[in-house]
Amino acid sequence: MSNVYNEAIDGELPAVDKRKVVSDLARYIPNLDILHEAEDLRPYECDGLAAYRTTPLLVALPRSVEQVIALMKYARSQNVPVVARGAGTGLSGGALPLEKGILLVMSRFNQILDIDAERCIATVQPGVRNLAISQTAAKWGLYYAPDPSSQIACSIGGNLAENAGGVHCLKYGLTVHNVLQAKIVTIDGELLTLGSLSFDTPGFDLLSVFIGSEGMLGVVVEATVKLLPTPPQTKVLLASFDDIEKAGNAVGRIIAAGIIPAGLEMMDKLAIQAAEDFVHAGYPTQAEAILICELDGLENDVNADLDKAKKILETAGVIEVRLAKDEQERTRFWAGRKNAFPAVGRLSPDYYCMDGTIPRRELSKVLKGIAELSQTYKLRVANVFHAGDGNMHPLILFDANIPGEQDRAELLGGKILELCVEAGGTISGEHGIGREKINQMCVQFSSEEILYFHSVKKAFDPEGLLNPGKNIPTLQRCAEFGAMHIHAGELPFPELERF
Amino acid sequence: MTNNIDDSAALITQVESAIAQQQQLGIIGGKTKVNESQLAGLTVIDTTQHKGIVEYHPTELVLTARAGTRLSDISLLLNENNQHLPFEPPEYNGQATLGGTIACAMAGPRRPWSGSARDHVLGCRIISGNGKLLQFGGQVMKNVAGYDVSRLMTGSYGCLGLITEVSIKVMPKPESNATLLLNIDRSNALQSFIRWRQQGMPISAWLHDGDNLFLRLEGSEHSVSATKQQIGGDPTTPDIWTKLREMELPFFHGDQALWRLSVPMGTLLNPLPGPSLMDWAGAQWWIKTDASSQQMQDLAKNLGGHAVGYPKSGQATIRQSPHPSIMQLNKRLKQQLDPRQLFNPGMLYAGL
Repeated sequence: MSNVYNEAIDGELPAVDKRKVVSDLARYIPNLDILHEAEDLRPYECDGLAAYRTTPLLVALPRSVEQVIALMKYARSQNVPVVARGAGTGLSGGALPLEKGILLVMSRFNQILDIDAERCIATVQPGVRNLAISQTAAKWGLYYAPDPSSQIACSIGGNLAENAGGVHCLKYGLTVHNVLQAKIVTIDGELLTLGSLSFDTPGFDLLSVFIGSEGMLGVVVEATVKLLPTPPQTKVLLASFDDIEKAGNAVGRIIAAGIIPAGLEMMDKLAIQAAEDFVHAGYPTQAEAILICELDGLENDVNADLDKAKKILETAGVIEVRLAKDEQERTRFWAGRKNAFPAVGRLSPDYYCMDGTIPRRELSKVLKGIAELSQTYKLRVANVFHAGDGNMHPLILFDANIPGEQDRAELLGGKILELCVEAGGTISGEHGIGREKINQMCVQFSSEEILYFHSVKKAFDPEGLLNPGKNIPTLQRCAEFGAMHIHAGELPFPELERF
Repeated sequence: MTNNIDDSAALITQVESAIAQQQQLGIIGGKTKVNESQLAGLTVIDTTQHKGIVEYHPTELVLTARAGTRLSDISLLLNENNQHLPFEPPEYNGQATLGGTIACAMAGPRRPWSGSARDHVLGCRIISGNGKLLQFGGQVMKNVAGYDVSRLMTGSYGCLGLITEVSIKVMPKPESNATLLLNIDRSNALQSFIRWRQQGMPISAWLHDGDNLFLRLEGSEHSVSATKQQIGGDPTTPDIWTKLREMELPFFHGDQALWRLSVPMGTLLNPLPGPSLMDWAGAQWWIKTDASSQQMQDLAKNLGGHAVGYPKSGQATIRQSPHPSIMQLNKRLKQQLDPRQLFNPGMLYAGL
């Protein structure tokens, strides 16, 4: 996997004089911490997608909004690209540095500025960890709903950039549903407030298009998020099936009955066995599939839904249903799922995590397709699945030390994503496009749609200095690598300049 | 079937011809949110023939329909499956269409608890300022591929493109509901609300008309009846929520200028410039007043919100402008996405 920035197809980057940039920043931005020696830069070579690595030109670690503004103004005036980074936990290489770009690390903005318990909102700096918000709000009986698996480490600025999800999205939404307002700094060094504490704001919904834009439109310097009262009651069911299709049907029936579980997760046999070996969650290792169904709310509502859900599972052909008898067992049921990635990691020297989303009714077809691809490419695939919202995480097992396996894993991953698009789904549910899925964007979107994205980008960042090479491919890239329909070797838009 | 017509080819042809003839287009659906004066000088493009529910799978919680589909038709179908649009948009005598509802980001009494129109939009098809039919988002709950154009389109008043189709998240209807009337003042009503919310009570609408608090509870039968016991007050008809949503309450009659203030939840306005309805637990205020436009906009701005004025009939809606730098960004987006100023010029602000 050597998907580093390629100027021939990702667009030419301005030439940059590292020594000048370092000395300019030191001179113009007092007290800005800069790292530029090779050994200091090494920890920043990659984010959570460790297979992709690039040494940044330099790393800037600002402590104040004024420093961010000054840095962006400098970058804009000198034509230097800027890649923003939060905690660096992203799984799609969205914070992969550029050799010719400044890596703007926001980790020092780590203060929770205010928790307004009456209004149920928290105002935080972007470097605050996702879980820290809920931990702090807990003393008022409140929490922040989106809970990506990396919530111990990932920061809220990155969550906004990626529109992070988690296991509770069906009921509580994604980041975009839980953020009221964001202060951002544009590449022009302008401080803008998107959204507001009111329920609507004048003009276009800029906050909506900003969230999930992967650092392409601006850098978050403050966010105000919604808090929810901690549900008085939470119960978890563990259901095992001898057939994965039965498990899939059970999910549809639960939702058809009007139950919206807080979390509804599915794992296949390989994932179950891996998780069980790793954390001893008490999973039935002979099952072909398990469902973890979490219900939360007022005590009576939860109990009523629990009864309904159990009956549905029984008619759907469940082998066994277990209700977590206490908080300890509930945590254990979840521990297996939440540790599924590292657990699968123990089965194999390397794994590659996919993130497609499909309409749930297509599940068995897509799983069958994945199984066939797995055979074709001779690589094992374990499936964990946010069944409630259709977000799949197939984990491809491979060994990078065996020549060719890594390339095969990447090819297989691409095929799985194409399968998701064919099924009416998408190439990324929550991990983002970043650098990783840049080629598959050409499968999901037409060249006209990609040009439309470029227009959105130009309104915010006309010179394309923010995070170039991520999220939205150039048409040149699609022509080269994508499955864009090219007739007789003709490039679409041959007259287009390379940017 | 006449209720299911793909008229997108005709719409594209019309847009292409407007581009060729350098016309500007005024988009209409059921004409419940636009009046003749706003369409003056524009070539009207009518979306109502592009209609019908394209796809609906109750267990997927997603419905896809063409822009000209009447909301009332959508509600009917959802109702058969015990589902609904949680953001409770107005149907305006059955005339409102899905396209207009999404373009104007309409929402009703449940909005603070269930989320807005954009919170439920999963994907859309649009005709762009270049006359191309494009598709963004999709029919799945989680989708982070590319910029979130479908949510940007929501509430853009048709100024960034013509929405031809929308995929939307639907939800099961609550098993049970109750409406209560409590004779308490606004300050008390707000304080009580803060307490009730912390207790996780299943509140889904909150309106104070100046004399009484109207409260809607929605959830399981058991929790609704238990909450009713705890809160007290008098049971009353749920019609008030439909009338509020449709702007059919007596308050909305008469021809005094009407203002809508969108402010942070929990805002208590005192003194008031005229008779008022306090909705959304203080986040949405309807005020009838002769106060000047400047006064009303200053009032809203000082509270951290904004104002929209509906003057006496025939006059144009007054929309408070965003911060100048945000306005500039709005204009740059318009310039990029609709460079010919093709769609709904001036519908939202001059220059957009």
